[in-house]
Amino acid sequence: MIMGMTITEKILAAHAGVETVQAGDLINAKVDIVLSNDITGPPAINEFRKLGAIKVFDKERVVMIPDHFSPAKDIKSAEQCKAIRDFAKEQDLTHYYEVGQMGIEHCLLPEMGIVGPGDLVIGADSHTVTYGALGAFSTGVGSTDAAAAMATGEVWLRVPETIKVILKGKPKNPWVVGKDVILALIGKIGVDGARYQALEFTGEGLEQLSMDSRFSIANMAIEAGAKNGIMAFDEKTRDYVKGRVKKPYIFYQSDPDAKYAEVIEMDLSTLKPQVAFPHIPSNTRDIDNVGDVAIDQVVIGSCTNGRMEDMRTAAKVLKGKKVHPYLRLIVIPGTQAIYQECIKEGIVDIIINAGGVFSTPTCGPCLGGYMGILAKGERAVSTTNRNFVGRMGDPESEVYLASPAIAAATAIQGKISSPEEVR
Amino acid sequence: MRKIKGNAFIFGHNIDTDQIIPGRYLELVNPKEIAAHCMEGADPTFADRVNAGDIIVAGKNFGCGSSREHAPIALVNVGVGAVIADSFARIFYRNAVNLGLPLLICKGIMEKVNEGDVLEINLKEGKVSNISTGKSFNGEQLSDYALEILSSGGIKPLFKKITAEM
Repeated sequence: MIMGMTITEKILAAHAGVETVQAGDLINAKVDIVLSNDITGPPAINEFRKLGAIKVFDKERVVMIPDHFSPAKDIKSAEQCKAIRDFAKEQDLTHYYEVGQMGIEHCLLPEMGIVGPGDLVIGADSHTVTYGALGAFSTGVGSTDAAAAMATGEVWLRVPETIKVILKGKPKNPWVVGKDVILALIGKIGVDGARYQALEFTGEGLEQLSMDSRFSIANMAIEAGAKNGIMAFDEKTRDYVKGRVKKPYIFYQSDPDAKYAEVIEMDLSTLKPQVAFPHIPSNTRDIDNVGDVAIDQVVIGSCTNGRMEDMRTAAKVLKGKKVHPYLRLIVIPGTQAIYQECIKEGIVDIIINAGGVFSTPTCGPCLGGYMGILAKGERAVSTTNRNFVGRMGDPESEVYLASPAIAAATAIQGKISSPEEVR
Repeated sequence: MRKIKGNAFIFGHNIDTDQIIPGRYLELVNPKEIAAHCMEGADPTFADRVNAGDIIVAGKNFGCGSSREHAPIALVNVGVGAVIADSFARIFYRNAVNLGLPLLICKGIMEKVNEGDVLEINLKEGKVSNISTGKSFNGEQLSDYALEILSSGGIKPLFKKITAEM
């Protein structure tokens, strides 16, 4: 009798061409997508050449997105963008998107249907885990691993143990979103709580959450050290992929007798909006317990929270309000399609009228690249994913991670606040 | 496999990739230029003080965060001989082995070593000798596959060796 498998194990088995795998197995698997960007792409191209490779294994499946320091912030980043542009031209890559079409990679790939349920994706970017929200196995690797996969279409992987996270109940707090769920989980299990393991999210609580919220959750699985963050599917997943994903796809579900390393239950009905204090994402507090923290800058965007739900929430809080004096509000939509929708819905007007800036898609400030770097001693509330020392600028600056609702309320109040405090 | 021997530099738990090489340096391409900023987020004086072969000692989850290969590139090119830690983040571990940076998992190592102690590592046996205190510790032995990659100096030299033999 075949032992029950998790979603992750089923996808890995299918891509390794075997009937069954179990945690700890080393497999050689075929990849559906290999992703890189303007930071990790150039070293991957160098390695690709040094391996003696001439052609990528499949021009439809090697994806390159200039999103980190793009539109290029200086000469060096222009050279990095040029390196992947030249390679994309040379290899005739189907999925290369120039400034004007590009978006933040982990917002863009699902939106365009490039990744589908059941896919195996590796990306030279740690937030490649995002696609788990669609029921895909996706994980981050370095440029050298990406280069090898670009040449061969394969990657070796160790099959991870799975931690099952059962989300129960429905959020009672109207501002609670996926970001709060994942911050609370990281606060509970720590930044290495799922190290080398798969996080599998399921339960009736998950069904309450939008797809955009689910992307936020899967996106930050890496912040708990996880290899991948994957989710059960439902009607919302089906609706999302319908019409977007043109290639065949498979929804996998875990068997009832699948093996789990651990089972964690989270009750969404009592969950409050979360804030991760410096300098580690696990340093979380309920919004009620943040105290008085004066803030200099608010960033709303990134591969964690740059989607339509995030933009709408920010606008809902900021409508008719003004940004606090001397505070900078920077809003960055994840893709051009989100940008356009924000124009249509009047969101751009709301942000600008409030005194904020509305930027073209970029990862920019999240990793201290550009578009909002912090000076010594400055504090930011950011909807991004990491608040490490010096992440957004000077080593003596501070980053507080939160949802778009908290970030928008903070922009108005000038200190970390809940939308309920905005008058 | 060459001998790994050097002075210990002690860091804490959860040393993330932004501390190993801050994001503002990711536009650098030249490995030596990247190395000049190695560990700058944790200790801005490190790159100036470290000598070839010196060993980083750390707690749990070393290398957490980003997938940037600039992190192991910085460590290798500044001359770090090895990193010993309670545990390593997954992507960093894979990148380090691929680039030929020896790693050793040795639980509780931070309590057994003082800053500046002379350490010697036998990677094959997974053993650390603290020459300064005269004590030895057993870490986790690396898999044969990882050892083969490391003794070739990384995945690329190994790949070349294999293809040359074919």
